[in-house]
Amino acid sequence: GAAAAARAPRVTAPMTQSVVLQVGQCGNQIGCRFWDLALREHAAVNKKGIYDEALSSFFRNVDTRNGGDGADIHKGKIFSLKARALLIDMEEGVVNEILQGPLRDVFDSKQLITDVSGSGNNWAVGHKLYGCQYREHIVEKLRRTAEHCDCLQCFFVIHSMGGGTGSGLGTFVLNVLEDEFPEVYRFVTSVYPSGEDDVITSPYNSVLAMKELNEHADCVLPIENESLFSIVSKIHQMTNSGKLGSTVKQNSLLTSSAGSIKTEQEKPFDAMNNIVANLLLNLTSSARFEGSLNMDLNEISMNLVPFPRLHYLVSSLTPLYTLADVNVPSRRLDQMFSDAFSKDHQLIQADPKHSLYLACALLVRGNVQVSDLRRNIERLKPSLHFVSWNQEGWKTGLCSVPPVGHSHSLLALANNTCVKPTFTELKDRFMKLYKKKAHLHHYLHVDGMEQSCFSEAISSLSDLIEEYNQLDATKGAPRTDPSRLKIAM
Amino acid sequence: MSIVTVQLGQCGNQIGYEVFNAICSDFHSTHGLCSKKENESYQEACKERFFSEEKTGVPVARAVLVDMEPKVISQTLSMAARSGHWKYDHQSHFCQKQGSGNNWANGYSVHGPRYREVIMNLVQKEAEKCDRLSGFFTVMSMAGGTGSGMGAFVTQCLRDAFPTSFILNQVIWPYGTGEVIVQNYNSVLTLSHLYQSSDALLVHENDAIHKICAQLMNIKKISFRDVNQVIAHQLGSVFQPTYSSEGASQYSKSPLGDLMESLVPHPEFKMLGLRNIPQMSENSLAYSTFTWPGLIKHLRQMLIANAKMEEGIDWQVRPPLPGHPVPPKASPNKALHFNTSIANLVVLRGKDVQSVDLGGFRDPALYTSWLNPQEAFNIWKTPRAFNKYEKSASLVSNSQFLLKLMDNIVGKAWNMFASKAYVHQYTKFGIEEEDFLDCFTTLEQVISSYASL
Repeated sequence: GAAAAARAPRVTAPMTQSVVLQVGQCGNQIGCRFWDLALREHAAVNKKGIYDEALSSFFRNVDTRNGGDGADIHKGKIFSLKARALLIDMEEGVVNEILQGPLRDVFDSKQLITDVSGSGNNWAVGHKLYGCQYREHIVEKLRRTAEHCDCLQCFFVIHSMGGGTGSGLGTFVLNVLEDEFPEVYRFVTSVYPSGEDDVITSPYNSVLAMKELNEHADCVLPIENESLFSIVSKIHQMTNSGKLGSTVKQNSLLTSSAGSIKTEQEKPFDAMNNIVANLLLNLTSSARFEGSLNMDLNEISMNLVPFPRLHYLVSSLTPLYTLADVNVPSRRLDQMFSDAFSKDHQLIQADPKHSLYLACALLVRGNVQVSDLRRNIERLKPSLHFVSWNQEGWKTGLCSVPPVGHSHSLLALANNTCVKPTFTELKDRFMKLYKKKAHLHHYLHVDGMEQSCFSEAISSLSDLIEEYNQLDATKGAPRTDPSRLKIAM
Repeated sequence: MSIVTVQLGQCGNQIGYEVFNAICSDFHSTHGLCSKKENESYQEACKERFFSEEKTGVPVARAVLVDMEPKVISQTLSMAARSGHWKYDHQSHFCQKQGSGNNWANGYSVHGPRYREVIMNLVQKEAEKCDRLSGFFTVMSMAGGTGSGMGAFVTQCLRDAFPTSFILNQVIWPYGTGEVIVQNYNSVLTLSHLYQSSDALLVHENDAIHKICAQLMNIKKISFRDVNQVIAHQLGSVFQPTYSSEGASQYSKSPLGDLMESLVPHPEFKMLGLRNIPQMSENSLAYSTFTWPGLIKHLRQMLIANAKMEEGIDWQVRPPLPGHPVPPKASPNKALHFNTSIANLVVLRGKDVQSVDLGGFRDPALYTSWLNPQEAFNIWKTPRAFNKYEKSASLVSNSQFLLKLMDNIVGKAWNMFASKAYVHQYTKFGIEEEDFLDCFTTLEQVISSYASL
């Protein structure tokens, strides 16, 4: 008779781990949503309560029965999941709230670096003053966190650009990461200020931070609040209007915390922050879960960054919600692909369709096969402009596990010149202040800050904009392929 | 004699699994259509070639599984074990935690040397399990980082460690439109390096197989699994046991050696294409009958017109008539009408194979002038039917089949290289611009050689 099926052999090499560094008020609020939704996602997939490789990428499993800092348990039952994270803020409000809230058990006190007085929306205070003061602390805690990782692959920094802590200290931490862990990828999720930002000096802070991102980040995912807000409004409109509203699955909303630990009233920014949290979950899904065409984090950097400094990726997430009916005709699937390229779904104010693509990645989750992917690429290609040397610049991934509440989803990452207006507007706002030398003294009196910091920063930004300009100039130009090598026969 | 399979990267492991599955399934087939004695001979030969015995009686695939990240190997091992009919040796795998990031240089220059010893030890162990080793069959894609880069490195190591064994690389040509953005660089680097150490490269194109799935198999939502299963069927149709010469009384002992001898007379020409007919969904099989003359006629025209499958063949294409001047060869980037061969191998399986007339394949007009047409064409056959197909014919061809593909991929890679895009990702791991140029030169040479046939 047939031999009994052998037990599945244990493949002993666990997967890679990532560490999240949430810096400043915005960074910590987004980070908080990320951890909440990550737990929700894993709970939906991992029914047996076993600590598996997918969980280990973001969580440690710690035996806290005897109190204190228990040992890491690498397999078997889940005891207590601890986030692989550092929470950094120079004010205590947000972090304290997290530690008193429903996620308190996910973090331990050794993962925090806090101070009391804040950075006063001053990049120099965050970067030079607190940076210097807390460098050793930061390095020590990073080392500890890294030691708990079998194979640390990636750091995710989450921060805003317009303030003082996220912007200044956040980019300082980025430098430290490069110095201390040069082999580990640095993905940065940066929230850019809008024109109407109520922090007057946000252009200064952002431009000073941009220089650091240019030089020390592997990939940056820029986010703009206006875009998040529009998406929130759109979802609100769709779910509260007419007959559609009742059939929407609540936990499928890109903005929803439904099903997560958080039980109290949702704060106004929660919906927006959930979008960013979902971005990070989708970005890392293929590294955590299986699929027919895996897309690891190191592949994202490899395929989407053709030149070192052009590493700003415009992201879009679809669908925004799922309707309750399970039957999904492929027409709806195709709609998902179309939406990914519409300017309404981008997480910054940008229109990739009318600008130039250097490269594009599509990470699909759920019940989607390679033929669906190919059909949609063929269909959408003619309406997109790709740079002449990368006409087939598509990177694709298929992950079998869909997000909570969905049967399938799509994350698109575009290296596209449509990111340029975000930078040129930033530059303009900067120059408006800088020409008048407005508020400069607040910065210059911080130890280590000089005028040259400003001139170098704006110069770095200008150079970046120029690189995009040169690429844009090639758009629509007649294509002349370089002649091939001639072989003597 | 036995073949040791080395499965490299996600693609290599996913396909390798389907190949062993197809072989095992064929092994157990009750539709052999031949005598019991014949069937037993076939099974014996198949087993020796691909599987070793274990105490439990479950055949163990002669394979080494290599990947730089663990998810795929984990799945592959457990899927095989669940089948109950065969499995892998659970010691015979190597994986790490972090993949190669689609970076050929990372696979070749970093992972390769770092893990060389461990991997070669695993290969050595598998080789020692064989009474006699025919050679190695590697399965890899060109587009990624591990299969391609590390695959190229491992192939080199195989050549160094086993100088007298045959090495056949099964190479997957990626979809023309992106799976991986840097796939053209990775492909150029892989092909040029494999050319140095491999005996032959057997190519399957994702685009072509995808079309077969869509048009012949009628699959609506095509998955990678579907594509891989077609590839596995095609490979099985060549590498399952056959009689490789007229009047042979035993199944061939040396499939890889026979293949190389038949098809690779000159080291400059190593690119092999594979066609298999008929191909259809299992449901249609029961209702279809084919005649050998019909199958052979189609197969021959597929060769001449470089058709990837038995539908949509261009019947207008003809070989040049004897005595008439050979039409001037267009440059590779214009559509080549007539596909010139160096050598061809046809494999026939199933009912009435003895009566098949293959004269059409011996036509000297099909072949380049510098080989004796009698030597240029070989036949393997067996009356034992394969995988429920009453009649099955495969063609392995060393011809201009892959010329346009190669030219295309080199062209795109060159175009990208001229702008220096992504090059910094490779120099980071020790592959310099010079190395790229060497690879381009090697491949332009190969293209030129095939174009001038």
